[in-house]
Amino acid sequence: MTTAERGVWSALRWAVARDLTLAARSPAAAVLAIGFFLLAAAIFPLGVGPEPEQLKRIAPGVIWACAALAMLAPLTRLYEPDYAAGVLEQLALSGRPLAALVGGKAIAHWLAIGVPITVAAPLTGLWFGLDTAAVLVLVATLAPGLATLTLLGGLCAALTLGADAGRGGGTPLIALLLLPLAVPVLILGAGAVDATENGLSPAPHLALLTAFLLVSLVVAPVATAAAVKIALE
Amino acid sequence: MSGGAALEARDLALERGGRRVLAGVSFRAVAGAALLIRGANGCGKTSLLRALAGFLQPAAGDVRWRGAALKAATADTLFIGHEAGFRPELTARENLVCALTLAGEPARAADDALARAGLTARADAAFGQLSAGQRRRVALARLFASTRALWLLDEPATALDDAGVAVLEDAVAQHLGRGGIAVVTTHRPLAFAGGRSVVNTQALEL
Repeated sequence: MTTAERGVWSALRWAVARDLTLAARSPAAAVLAIGFFLLAAAIFPLGVGPEPEQLKRIAPGVIWACAALAMLAPLTRLYEPDYAAGVLEQLALSGRPLAALVGGKAIAHWLAIGVPITVAAPLTGLWFGLDTAAVLVLVATLAPGLATLTLLGGLCAALTLGADAGRGGGTPLIALLLLPLAVPVLILGAGAVDATENGLSPAPHLALLTAFLLVSLVVAPVATAAAVKIALE
Repeated sequence: MSGGAALEARDLALERGGRRVLAGVSFRAVAGAALLIRGANGCGKTSLLRALAGFLQPAAGDVRWRGAALKAATADTLFIGHEAGFRPELTARENLVCALTLAGEPARAADDALARAGLTARADAAFGQLSAGQRRRVALARLFASTRALWLLDEPATALDDAGVAVLEDAVAQHLGRGGIAVVTTHRPLAFAGGRSVVNTQALEL
C-alpha cells in the first residue's frame, strides 16, 4: 500500500469512527428517520383502502418514495453542525485528503440512517402484501440505492452550506437539489420490485443501481470536498 | 521545527461578499516571532486570519508561506477561530482527541494538555455543558498539544479569566521558543515573553 492509499484509509477510518460516535450521542435523528419512513408508508394503505391488488401494485413506488423522503431531513445534520462549530476548517487544515474525510462522513451517515431504513423496509412490505421474493428485492435495491442517495445528498448538503444562514431553509433547499437527482434511483429501485412481482428478473435494475452507486462513490466525495472548500471562503 | 519559516503578506486586499474589508496590508513574520493584530470590530481581523490560513483567496496582493504563494490550506497551520472545531455532544477530552488524531498529532498528549489548560476536572463533561471560558480553555489545551509551525488564533483571550490569559501567553511563548510563528488577533494586551527571552512581537493595527 502506498503512502497516499494509507492516508485515504486512515482518513476514512477517522471520519467514520468520529461521525458514528456523534450519531450514537444523538440517536434521535435515526429514530425520527425510521419513524417517518414507517409512518409515511403506513398511511398509504389507510388512505388508498385495503384492496390487496391495488396495494401490491403501488407498493414498490410508495415504499421507495417514502424511503427517499425519510433520507432528506437527517441530511441537514451531516454538514451544518460541523460548519457551525468550525470543524470543516479543521478538516481542510488536517493535511488529510478532504475527499476521503467527506467520504467517511457519508459512510457513517449511511450506516446510521440508510441501513436502519433498509432493515425496517420488510415491515412495510408486509403491510402492502408483498411476497417474500419482492421483499428481498426491495431490500436489495434499498441497500445500494440509499447509499447512492446518501452520497448525492451529502453533496447537496455541502453545496447549501451558508446559503440559508439565519433563514432556516436547509431541508427545503436540499430537497430541491436532491430529489431530481434521486429520480433515476427511485425509478430503478421501484422498477426492480415491480419486475419481481410480475415474474421478471430484477437483475438489470440491480446492475444499473450498482453502477449508479459506483459512479457516485467516485464523483460525489470529490465534488463534496470542493463544495466544502467553497463554503470555507 | 520550522527553520527559516516565514509568513509574509504583501499589499494584501480582501473582499467578503463583494465588499472590500481590508486593503494594503503588508507584514513579515519570521520563525520565533509573534504578530498581534488589533483593530475595531468589523475591521477585517478574522478575514485576514482566514486568508493567512488559505481559506480566503486575496482580492489583490498575496500571502507567502515558506517563500511560496499560499494557494490552499496547509498542514503547517493550526487555526483556532471563534468556533474551534469542537462539537457540543462530545466531551472535552473526546473533542481534543478527535482534533489531535485528525491533525496527525499524538492523542496521548491530550490528558497532559487538558491538565495544563486547567481542565482535568471537567475533561469528561460534554463540551456543550462547559462555560464560555472553559470552552476557550479546551482550545488552549489544543495549543499545548500542537506541533504545527504556524498558529493563527482569532481572539483567543475572549472569555478567559486572568489565569487563563497567562496560560495562553505561556502556550504561545513556548511555541515561539520552538521556532514557531503566531498570528493573534486580540482586544487586550498580550505578552509572550515566557521568561525565556525577549520575543519579537510586532503589532499590526488594522
